[in-house]
Amino acid sequence: MSRSPGRKQENHKISRELFVLTYGALVAQLCKDYEKDEDVNACLDRMGYSIGIRLIDDFLARSAVKKCRSYSETADMIAQVAFKMYLGVTPSVSCSSATGNEFSLILDKNPLVDFVEELPAERASLCYCNLLCGVIRGALEMVHLAAEVSFLQDRLKGDAVTEIGITFLRKPEDRKHRRNK
Amino acid sequence: MDARFTRGKSPVLERALGRPRSELSLAAFALLFSELVQYCQRRVASVAELQTRLARLGHHVGLRALDALVARERPGRRETKVLGVLLFVKGPLWRALFGREADKLEQANDDDRTFYVIEREPLVNTFVSVPRENSSLNCAAFAAGLLEAVLGAAGFPARVSAHWHKGTTLMIKFDEAVIARDKSLEGR
Repeated sequence: MSRSPGRKQENHKISRELFVLTYGALVAQLCKDYEKDEDVNACLDRMGYSIGIRLIDDFLARSAVKKCRSYSETADMIAQVAFKMYLGVTPSVSCSSATGNEFSLILDKNPLVDFVEELPAERASLCYCNLLCGVIRGALEMVHLAAEVSFLQDRLKGDAVTEIGITFLRKPEDRKHRRNK
Repeated sequence: MDARFTRGKSPVLERALGRPRSELSLAAFALLFSELVQYCQRRVASVAELQTRLARLGHHVGLRALDALVARERPGRRETKVLGVLLFVKGPLWRALFGREADKLEQANDDDRTFYVIEREPLVNTFVSVPRENSSLNCAAFAAGLLEAVLGAAGFPARVSAHWHKGTTLMIKFDEAVIARDKSLEGR
């Protein structure tokens, strides 16, 4: 490698515009290749999953966070550390179920839609940022937390905010059981 | 435009075009780019086709990056000379998109239509490992497509291709008309 070892510690940054426009180019290409919105959404989710399973390594290496002891800690970590690190925004977290395993991240500002005004008429059910759902799902799976992640509200579809819902699938009793062993 | 949802009040259109507010981590872009390359690779049958697909995606990015950038960096002025636009590409454009200027800008000795933008390690290839001896694939084809779109939209139609030479070289070949126009501008 031509780079000196010291440089590896730097946090290399890239311009937000390049990232956002590249994502837009990807979605546009997918829309050209697939006719149905569901196919595009599924493809984005799959790609997000492959990104997530690798992103978690980078996240754990750079953030050096301790192990999360509860689902709400995990959700907070995703919102306050991970989103901040990779997208530069901090969504707010709210717990939406009594059992404590359903959370939603409410995104005020979504950098991925910086240049998107609205969805075209023939793509009304496209989840433009579905990649994010796949990323979260993949990353959680690599730390042994199965979850379902999907968009509950989307500003591009006319809702007031963009909301991502995370539902952790394993029951809290299982986690307690493991700890008691 | 059919503004069904935003009813013409989309916040995107109201926002001023200020300095880019934040930078994002290279890891995120690198992973996204790798997915992009893998996606293209699944749908093509040859290296040349893969490079064409990457160039097309870069084209998509370049077209949209140019307007915002020109408005920020060169307000009220438009590059009309070939050398001017090439220096703009090497400096402000590369810095805004890739965080640093391109290493070198050279002109071919024998051909006044051909220029080279040389980078030892292009940003898009940071985590791409392609053995140079075995494959002619250079993912900087993405950057080549980007550059082609930028030059075309700025009024200097050209063909840009990526090559393995002194690192990565983007070879820009302007159309005849562009060079002829440039010469007549110099004559004035």
